[in-house]
Amino acid sequence: MSEYVFLYRGADRGASPEMMQQRMQKWMAWMKELGEKGHLKDRGHPLERVGKLVRGKKKAVTDGPFAEAKDAIGGYTLIEASDLDQAVELSKGCPILETEDGVVEVRPIMKM
Amino acid sequence: METYDHLFRREAGRMVATLTRIFGPHNLTLAEDVVQDAFCRALEVWKFHGMPDNPAAWLMATAKNRALDVLRRESTARRFAPELGRLLDSALVPAVEELFGANAIKDDLLRMMFSCCDPRLPEEAQVALVLHILCAFSVDEIAGAFVSTQAAIEKRITRAKKTLARSKGLFDVAVASEFSARLPAVQRALYLLFNEGYHGASSERSVRVDLCREAMRLTCLILAPPPGKPPATHALAALMYLGASRLPARVDASGNLSSLFDQDRSQWDQELVAQGLNLLDLSASGSELTEYHVEAAIAGVHAAAHCAQETDWGTIVSLYDTLMTIRPSPIVALNRAIAVAQCHGPERGLEEMQRIADANRLAAYPFYHAALGELELRSGRREVARDHFRAALRLARNPMEHRFLEQRVTVCENGSPRQG
Repeated sequence: MSEYVFLYRGADRGASPEMMQQRMQKWMAWMKELGEKGHLKDRGHPLERVGKLVRGKKKAVTDGPFAEAKDAIGGYTLIEASDLDQAVELSKGCPILETEDGVVEVRPIMKM
Repeated sequence: METYDHLFRREAGRMVATLTRIFGPHNLTLAEDVVQDAFCRALEVWKFHGMPDNPAAWLMATAKNRALDVLRRESTARRFAPELGRLLDSALVPAVEELFGANAIKDDLLRMMFSCCDPRLPEEAQVALVLHILCAFSVDEIAGAFVSTQAAIEKRITRAKKTLARSKGLFDVAVASEFSARLPAVQRALYLLFNEGYHGASSERSVRVDLCREAMRLTCLILAPPPGKPPATHALAALMYLGASRLPARVDASGNLSSLFDQDRSQWDQELVAQGLNLLDLSASGSELTEYHVEAAIAGVHAAAHCAQETDWGTIVSLYDTLMTIRPSPIVALNRAIAVAQCHGPERGLEEMQRIADANRLAAYPFYHAALGELELRSGRREVARDHFRAALRLARNPMEHRFLEQRVTVCENGSPRQG
C-alpha cells in the first residue's frame, strides 16, 4: 500500500442550511466508507481560508488568501491505496466534486 | 443521523432570531450572514472531524463568538440593539451570554415569529418570511414550495424584510395584551403554511411534508408560553395533527395521488390521530368557536371512520354549515357540496355546486372541476364527467395531479368502475 494526500479545493457551500446539512452528511458518509474499506490513514483537517504568506530572503509577510478563493486548499486527508489509479478512483466519491469549482488533487507521498 | 434530521434548518431559525435580537431588526441581513458563516464552519469542521456531541450547542457557540466579533469590530460603524449600544467589552460578553441562554433563545424565536406576522404585510408575505427566516428555506426552496418563480419570491421577501427592518425592535411577546392581539395573525400564517404543504401544488412529496412539519413545530412553539394557550391554538394544532396523520396515505404505493375516498386508512398515523384528538379535547374550552375548531372537528370525524362510506357525513355537512358562517369561502362551499353529495347523493351535491358563490374563484383550481366530474360520473353522465376531468387535467399543477386526473378521464371513457 502507498500513501496519498487528497487536497480539496473549491468552496463547499449550500444555498440553504438544509442543503448544507445534506452536503455535510454526504461528506461524513464518504469518510466513513473510506475508513471501513481501510483507505483512511488520517482524516486530516479543514484549513481556514485566510492566513499569511512569508516570502523570500526578506521574509516578507503578506496576507492570504492566495490566488482566487475557489483555488485555495480547503483541507486535506491522508489516504492509503494500492496505486495512484486506485487513489484516483477513491477520490471520485468525494462530495466536493458535486460543487461547481470542486477539485480533488491526488498526490502520492514520496517514500523513504 | 436520524435524530439530527433538519438540525441545520431548525437551528438556523433560532440563531437568526437571537442574533436579530442582539443586532436589531435593521441588521437582519448581518444576522443572516453570521448564521450562514456558522454553518459554513460547521460544514468544514464536521466533515473532517465528525459531528460534536451536542451539535446544536456547537452551532450556537459559533454564532455567539461571531456575534461578539461583529459587535466589537463594528460597534462604531453600526447601530445595534439599544441595550448593547454602550457596553464596554467586559460587560459585553456576559450580556451576550445571557441573550444566548436557552430560555432567551426560545423567546427570541417567538418574538421573530410574531414580528414576521406583521399585519402591515400581506398574508402570503408573512408566510414566506416565516419560512425564510424561521425555517431557513432558501428563496429557491420557497419558490418550489409555492410553485412560484424565484424572482417573485425574492421580491416578496425583500419587501417584507424591509418592513421588518423598519421596526425598532422585535415584537415584544412579554406584553400579554399585545401577544393576544397579534396571535390570530400568527395562527393564520401557520395555518396557511400547513395548508400549502397539505393542499399545495408542489409535486415534491418531501417538500410538502416539510412544510406541514414546520407549521406543526412552530404551532407547538406558540402553545408553550401561557398566553399562547387559548383554545384556538389548540384547535389549530389539532387540525394539523389530524391532517398530518393522513399524509402517509395521500400517495399510494405506486406514487399516485390517492383521494380521501380511496386512501388505505391503515396507513394513517395513529400516533398523530391520538395526539390530534387530545388537542381537540383541549381546544374545547372557552366560548369562542374559531374556524380552526370546526376544521379540526371535521378532521376528527374523518379520523374516526374506517372507510369513506362509514363516515358520519351528516355531521360533516353541519360542520361545514358552521364554517360557512365563520369563514365563508368558495373552497369551504366546495367541500360542503362534496359532503352533501355523500349524504344525499350526487344530484344534490351538484345542486350545491351550482350555488357556490364566487365559484369563478375556483376556476383555476383543478379539484373544483374534478369534483364536478366525480359527481357527474356518479350520476351516470360519463361524457359530461369526462369533459370536467379534461378541464381539470388542463389545470393540473404537477405530474402527480396530472396522472391522477388522466386516470379519471380514462375511467369515464372506458366505463370501468370506480376504484376502491
